[in-house]
Amino acid sequence: MLHQLSWKVGGQQGEGIESTGEIFSMAMNRLGYHLYGYRHFSSRIKGGHTNNKITVRPTEVRSIADDLDILVAFDQETIEVNYKELTEKSIILADAKFEPVKPEDSKAPLFIVPFTEIATELGTSLMKNMVAIGATSALLNLETSVFQGVVEEIFGRKGEEVVQKNMDAIQKGFDAMSELLGDRVGEWELAPADGKRRMYMIGNDAVALGAVAAGSRFMSAYPITPASEIMEYMIKKLPKLGGAVIQTEDEIAAATMAIGANYGGVRAFTASAGPGLSLMMEAIGLSGMTEQPLVIFDTQRGGPSTGLPTKQEQSDLMAMLYGTHGEIPKVVIAPSTLEEAFFDTIQAFNIAEELQIPVIVITDLQLALGKQTTEPFDYSKIEIRRGKIIDHEIEPNDNKDYFKRYENTEDGVSPRVFPGTPNGIHHVTGVEHDETGKPNEAPGNRNAQMDKRFRKLEKLTFDTPVYVNAPHEEADVLLVGFNSTRGAIEEVQERFSAEGVKVNHAHVRLIFPFPSSEMAPLVASAKKVIVVENNKTGQLANILKMNVGGHDKIASLTKYDGTPFLPGELKNKVKELLD
Amino acid sequence: MATFKDFRNSVKPNWCPGCGDFSVQAAIQRAAANVGIEPHELAVVAGIGCSGRIAGYINSYGFHGIHGRALPIAQGLKMANRDLNVIASGGDGDGFAIGMAHTVHAIRRNIDITYVVMDNQIYGLTKGQTSPRSAKGFITKSTPEGAIEPSLKPLEVALSSGATFVAQGFSTDIKELTALIEAGIQHKGFSFINVFSPCVTYNKVNTYEWFKEHLTKLSDIEEYDSSNRELAMQTVMEKEGLVTGIIYQDTQNKSYQEKVPGFAEGPLANLDMNLSEDQFNELVKEFM
Repeated sequence: MLHQLSWKVGGQQGEGIESTGEIFSMAMNRLGYHLYGYRHFSSRIKGGHTNNKITVRPTEVRSIADDLDILVAFDQETIEVNYKELTEKSIILADAKFEPVKPEDSKAPLFIVPFTEIATELGTSLMKNMVAIGATSALLNLETSVFQGVVEEIFGRKGEEVVQKNMDAIQKGFDAMSELLGDRVGEWELAPADGKRRMYMIGNDAVALGAVAAGSRFMSAYPITPASEIMEYMIKKLPKLGGAVIQTEDEIAAATMAIGANYGGVRAFTASAGPGLSLMMEAIGLSGMTEQPLVIFDTQRGGPSTGLPTKQEQSDLMAMLYGTHGEIPKVVIAPSTLEEAFFDTIQAFNIAEELQIPVIVITDLQLALGKQTTEPFDYSKIEIRRGKIIDHEIEPNDNKDYFKRYENTEDGVSPRVFPGTPNGIHHVTGVEHDETGKPNEAPGNRNAQMDKRFRKLEKLTFDTPVYVNAPHEEADVLLVGFNSTRGAIEEVQERFSAEGVKVNHAHVRLIFPFPSSEMAPLVASAKKVIVVENNKTGQLANILKMNVGGHDKIASLTKYDGTPFLPGELKNKVKELLD
Repeated sequence: MATFKDFRNSVKPNWCPGCGDFSVQAAIQRAAANVGIEPHELAVVAGIGCSGRIAGYINSYGFHGIHGRALPIAQGLKMANRDLNVIASGGDGDGFAIGMAHTVHAIRRNIDITYVVMDNQIYGLTKGQTSPRSAKGFITKSTPEGAIEPSLKPLEVALSSGATFVAQGFSTDIKELTALIEAGIQHKGFSFINVFSPCVTYNKVNTYEWFKEHLTKLSDIEEYDSSNRELAMQTVMEKEGLVTGIIYQDTQNKSYQEKVPGFAEGPLANLDMNLSEDQFNELVKEFM
């Protein structure tokens, strides 16, 4: 009996690979299994190899599995591209239609099933995916009835007949596979799960749900991979809450429109990836200078330029910290789990309003699009804080001067009033200005306003700026990462621990202002520090050196080929650096 | 009720004496008073350039943004608070060069705001370079041998972008300009108003005298019908864009906000930000 199953379905983009993975994983989720799904796809609508790898466990699963137990192939390319992940205990299920060939050095046996033929007999070749799901359930020794609910949900609106046909396809696939398996039935059976229902979502879903829960009712955005799902979720939900989403002409408009909306009093935000963020730099400066809140999500993907639009990378870090000319106070947050993505989104909206600054939440493709199970988010922990918003009547100003929107207060945060409020008239400008917002370039005023703006960061409170798992007072190595590398690092830590290597783990969640006081003792108590990141130049390692020193013991472990770290390869690379 | 004087503030404009922008400012102030709004019910959002300063010269909420981005900021503001009167303003460089994409798409989108372009056919604040509105052959610091590119035609662009309100004024004729801005504010949708606002320092060709000589008032054309888009386009092309008045208005088309499904009837800031536990659980369940 298996305690982890790694299943992958592959074929040409546009032939239902995604929905095959979706139906399989939804059913597994409902049985109470924990899941981690990762899609490999290309920047084209149809054609090109795509696959969906889903890791299933009865216990918590934190990262993509190293190996593959079952590979379901709808074309030869799928076998060629993926067979190296297979072991002696694995199996390839391939559609008879393309006359599959087993690569000579494949450790896993090839089982040929007439997916397309069975589907065609039942009415349409489109159902070949359902036949494959049936075959999978035979391997797992699962009753086909576990798919009934999911199939009803997906095909229910097309009528009972369609539901039945799809169930028939699953059954036929099950039967055909059972026959082929013979006495090998049960070899791929998974240990039972607890039957508890969990959320199964991508990071973009968690972020979007967080935005709705944070009270955001306006979004302006431009479609881009891998961020678009955030906008699509908001388009579904905001009309029900009185809000709206505008798909703008570009990311410049997206960010500046969100600034205008925040100025108007609604929590507004935008979401994009590297290329869009590059266009938003001037808006980030405007938000900082005019002290209008702004929340931006950057779902990092492979750069530079168009780069690797559908692949994993974490290379926007420096751009997010230092992007926009001149100097403004800004907060950059990097959640690493679905739960953090949800609550950090709420934190981002609170910080943006409380400190009246731009807040950038960075995720990465693996977190943004990787589909994972998570416990339902705790409603009681949702808290909305808006800071110094004037909600009382303002006394008229005798000398007809502006309201002091940029009053030089002790904490740097000035009272904020929305347009439309009587006696609150003031000026907003990206030009250096005085307390009423009027342009003022005098050196004394410049210093006063610049210092005031930066003083706001001193007031920042952030829940858990670093996720720390440091069981060792003196560690052989401290592994540091951010965003989606967390699961792989946790796995590596666990595996090393079994071998007696003392590994501590710190996952930086608040990138700026950098949590130096949390990180310094961890760095000090480790013989070596290895910063794990998906980029070429070791950006987080440099940020760490800049803030806490330790140049002599900080090493970079980078990967920038577009694929996520797998625990096994990561462990090997860490070991190389330790030896 | 507020008079135009209530829309004045104590800030002294830094425009050159004789600049056309003074009259545009006065016309906006008069139009705002004439439509019966109070200063706090008006927000003026402007871009960068001489014209951009206008947001600080009117006693109203004012947002002096970044070059070319007045329109997206103004649209975001109006989406947040549909009760607010929003006027976006800027120069021809702002609206037709760096911000051209926003201009076309704001027109298409038809959010209920008014856009006043102060068109002087030159870059003034950067001290005299060519603008997309400069005529072919126009000599500037950046086109010492004369502009090679043809002048952009804002009225034709607006009409072909699906504008529901297109007007053009001349800063000397404050009475007509005030009426145009008033009509623009009252129009339900995006109103585009191009205003010839001469630069007395850097544009020695398109002067007040030049415009007086070349402009035709549409009200002087007997058979002109501003509800006829085809006629509008034809007239604008015939007169090479040198007309003033309401060029086109579609009074039937609804504004963007009226078309957004489920959109709140009041300011979004007034919506309840909190989800009830039931609402939240409903959303959570969709992922289970």
